[in-house]
Amino acid sequence: MQFGIFSVGDVTPDPTSGRTPSEHERIKAIVAIALKAEEVGLDVFATGEHHNPPFVPSSPTTMLGWIAARTERIILSTSTTLITTNDPVKIAEDYTMLQHLADGRVDLMMGRGNTGPVYPWFGQDIRQGLPLAIENYALLHELWREETVDWSGRFRTPLQSFTSTPRPLDGVPPFVWHGSIRSPEIAEQAAYYGDGFFANHIFWPKEHFQKLINLYRERYAHYGHGTPEQAIVGLGGQVFMRRNSQDAVREFRPYFDNAPVYGHGPSLEEFTEQTPLTVGSPQEVIEKTLTFRETFGDYQRQLFLMDHAGLPLKTVLEQLDLLGEEVVPVLRKEFATGRPARVPDGPTHAARVAEATEVLEVAK
Amino acid sequence: MSDGALHLVVVAAGLSVPSSTRLLADRITDATIRQLRYGGREVDLQVIELRDLAREIADNLVTGFPPPALRAAIEAVTAADGLIAVTPIFSASYSGLFKSFVDVIDKDALTGAPVLVAATGGTARHSLALEHAMRPLFAYLRAVVAPTAVYAASEDWGSTGDASGGLAARIARAAGELADLMTGRPVPARATAETVVPFEEQLAALAVGRR
Repeated sequence: MQFGIFSVGDVTPDPTSGRTPSEHERIKAIVAIALKAEEVGLDVFATGEHHNPPFVPSSPTTMLGWIAARTERIILSTSTTLITTNDPVKIAEDYTMLQHLADGRVDLMMGRGNTGPVYPWFGQDIRQGLPLAIENYALLHELWREETVDWSGRFRTPLQSFTSTPRPLDGVPPFVWHGSIRSPEIAEQAAYYGDGFFANHIFWPKEHFQKLINLYRERYAHYGHGTPEQAIVGLGGQVFMRRNSQDAVREFRPYFDNAPVYGHGPSLEEFTEQTPLTVGSPQEVIEKTLTFRETFGDYQRQLFLMDHAGLPLKTVLEQLDLLGEEVVPVLRKEFATGRPARVPDGPTHAARVAEATEVLEVAK
Repeated sequence: MSDGALHLVVVAAGLSVPSSTRLLADRITDATIRQLRYGGREVDLQVIELRDLAREIADNLVTGFPPPALRAAIEAVTAADGLIAVTPIFSASYSGLFKSFVDVIDKDALTGAPVLVAATGGTARHSLALEHAMRPLFAYLRAVVAPTAVYAASEDWGSTGDASGGLAARIARAAGELADLMTGRPVPARATAETVVPFEEQLAALAVGRR
């Protein structure tokens, strides 16, 4: 089981001070948060990709490359990589380059992007969002697996005798997750390829994601990749902690009340009851996170959203200390207890290389 | 078709308590139930006052998901065999609260559902709001709207209960139409969110492939 954080990358005013960080400050804060994630023993750091203010991470592999050079162990990922508006050829190149530089510590999560105006900036149309996600990923999948690709599709110029470089490290492409909030088609896509499925989870009640994840597990088995419980599932989570539960609530409330996504709507209490958000002590975070397994089955990756709603860097780093020191060690132990041996661990490059070698051996 | 009880759901968007909107809704409901019982059908009634869900509806607009009480209301409306929708007319159209409730319902969830539209207003001059606002709204949702829409202005409440052409007659006619739609309709075939197109078909539809 892997634990990490995912960052949206928004520049949001701190509602308690009214101060908005500059883009430069925010970018530096995001990478400081990534380094801290490794320092406190987390397994994954994932960045969003956005091409409109108030978001800054428009160039994820540049950012992740910088982080890769300053870390040793943490897996660098995305949340999400826009499979609709990026050219799949460029995704293939960028992420294998990153994979080489990071010695395999790279995977990525495909997402469609839900902001209509962004699509035409990249020559696309949001009404084609789903077909774009399907066609572009089909090409990306092939570019990483076939040395020479001849291709024609609806959305980009055909390719003849094209080889995407560099080739994946050790001949094993980065692992891919498919993220979705609403679309059963994406769960189906993830199942078809035997890829991972990531349920953002954080802003909606669990029943909604239960249906999508159950569908994905079922179809994963249907396509012959393993049993339903062997499907690779990732979940989002969202927490704010202080040692004393009341302190956490008091400190987080103004950030919650003004948060870009859900602010000025439900109360903090209602939202914590209806969604995975936990505001309280590390123990409360542990308890709530453990319920995810009861709802969705044993899973492979848990990512927490920690830096958002205008929280200052200092606070986020304190949160990561609590997460790394008090929460994740307990979660690792608890999630390992009673976990059937046939349920796979979170995907790593080393494990995937070993698996590929084994397949080759068997084939001989 | 099952002969079990028909689920009749009433959505009333009145804001005062009691409201003339609820009063109109109750009269239409009574008339509809009478018609259905006359035809030998039992009725299972649920009335949803949107005022009670005002905060939940606003929360849903902000967060994208319904809190529990609103979710129950949406489930009732979308599973109904017949729907009576009554709104006050504000600023020449349905009320904002009413429209916001419709906005948080999945656009395909009312396909084929029999609906009776009705409204209240201070003056009869707004009665056509039912035809230029309410009816197109439900047409967009592909609901089956009863031909008679019922509008009640302040003056209607004072008029005699004359069955020949006044409010009472319109209520009786609309209720009869709704009852007919509810008993005559085939089993609804509404799409469920979990219907999935096999991936090969999705790929084939794009003609994706190696040359």
